Amino acid sequence: MVPVGCCPPRQLLFWGGIKLIKDILEPSIDQESKSFWDGLKNEQLLIQYCDDCQNYIFYPRSICPHCFSEKIRWRNSQGAGKIYSYTVVHQAFGPFKQEVPFVVGIVELDEGVRMMTRIIGKREDIAIDKRVTVVFEKVDDPIVLPYFRLV
Amino acid sequence: MKSERVAAIVGVAESDLGKTPGKNVLQLQAQAAKLALEDAGLTKNEVDALFTAGNWAWAPSLMLAEYLGIQPKYTDSTNIGGSSFEAHVGHAVAGINAGLFEVALITYGSTSRTNPGRSAFPSALTAQYELPYGLPTPVGAYALAAMRHMHQYGTTSEQLAEIAVATRKWATLNEKAYMREPIEIADVLNSRLIAEPLHLLDCCLVTDGGGAVVVVSKRVASRLNKKLIWILGHGESHSHNTIANMPDLTMTSARESGRAAFEMAGITHDEIDIAEIYDSFTITVLLTLEALGFCKPGEGGAFVSGQRTAPGGDFPMNTNGGGLSYCHPGMYGIFLLIEAVRQLRGEGGKRQVENAKLALVHGTGGVLSSTSTVILGRD
Repeated sequence: MVPVGCCPPRQLLFWGGIKLIKDILEPSIDQESKSFWDGLKNEQLLIQYCDDCQNYIFYPRSICPHCFSEKIRWRNSQGAGKIYSYTVVHQAFGPFKQEVPFVVGIVELDEGVRMMTRIIGKREDIAIDKRVTVVFEKVDDPIVLPYFRLV
Repeated sequence: MKSERVAAIVGVAESDLGKTPGKNVLQLQAQAAKLALEDAGLTKNEVDALFTAGNWAWAPSLMLAEYLGIQPKYTDSTNIGGSSFEAHVGHAVAGINAGLFEVALITYGSTSRTNPGRSAFPSALTAQYELPYGLPTPVGAYALAAMRHMHQYGTTSEQLAEIAVATRKWATLNEKAYMREPIEIADVLNSRLIAEPLHLLDCCLVTDGGGAVVVVSKRVASRLNKKLIWILGHGESHSHNTIANMPDLTMTSARESGRAAFEMAGITHDEIDIAEIYDSFTITVLLTLEALGFCKPGEGGAFVSGQRTAPGGDFPMNTNGGGLSYCHPGMYGIFLLIEAVRQLRGEGGKRQVENAKLALVHGTGGVLSSTSTVILGRD
């Protein structure tokens, strides 16, 4: 039995026939997100910064969710942070099915924003609050994802 | 109780549950709607407000209203996941209070067991920042929250398992429940891992099923020959959409929706006789109990220990067997309302909680994203 929770149970067939991560991602990349995804291809983790309230922003937006300013620009993140939480996935779908077990985490960057990612490291070494640094993982040409490894 | 009595629930019903091959979501909703209106002693032509939530149509309330032959003067297909129906109850009370309508029909139907979804590709817009990492949703998101709670507070898998075991005990008393074989804590811990730290038996079922709830004005209620279940308080909120954007993985917006509901009802936690708490996963319940203030943050594990929420325990919870053991067709919230009303009316049969007067119903939707709380009471 596949667990499906408190949102419409769409997961099962969503992945039907989808074999590659780029097939998931490419149709969704738009003008708002393109700089982020293009930056990764050049080994840059670009996040946004609000010139008015001086907060970092992730994911990319056209308006600051803290102060509603539109004075937003891209900055190169140092790519350093710590694990806020993680899970070891034992049952996955679509292109991820063959990879189990793998570790998905939420990393909190030193700039203060959080992002979902994969954590690279030995299972027994992975723990909440451990320091991590970004690695640029070419998953399907030309898609590069920001994974994080233990430091 | 200081709450003004504006609206009451006068009809509740389930459709067929479990596996319903050959039935579609409209049939299930029609079946539940007819039974709930019969339960209320009302006809469909008296329905002047229609509420539904689902992803089975471009505009679900249009399709459903046409199918049922209802022309509402108020329509609401707010979809915030599994907590939609508790929100609908709140919206219905507000609309009745404003004099916009008098008879609201709230329905849900899903065939998620026999026909699991046919939606369009999902990664558009903000989902693109999460989907490429392969987290199985929603279970993976709840696993992230559970892992954080364990780290922060020392909560254990055994404590989460207490919830699954207690809920199954209630299911053994409900002949409509899908899973009725008793389980023990070791069974939960020995079931396979789905996303650590959550095991299979920490996860809800995937079933078919539908339900309906009829909410009416005080004026309509007073002419019906029913035990009236008053809506004394309600609140709703949402704090995020995707799990990486949840402000604090250990605290849901139940803190806000619960506070609003308690304040409106003018009652305190210790007056609640039964709690029907959305249990998509065991961790959902634990986080909700803390956020609602039944215990302090971090104390949820201790709170549910010793089978406190099981039949005979001093905190009767999820008395129909819950989403973990009774049924869970994708968005479970409507079934929480149905069970609370039955308990308050004294129609709980073998699982009846003696002298239940006040019930707290709490839905959670998305990935701990949305919450709505309803407090119900009988005369």
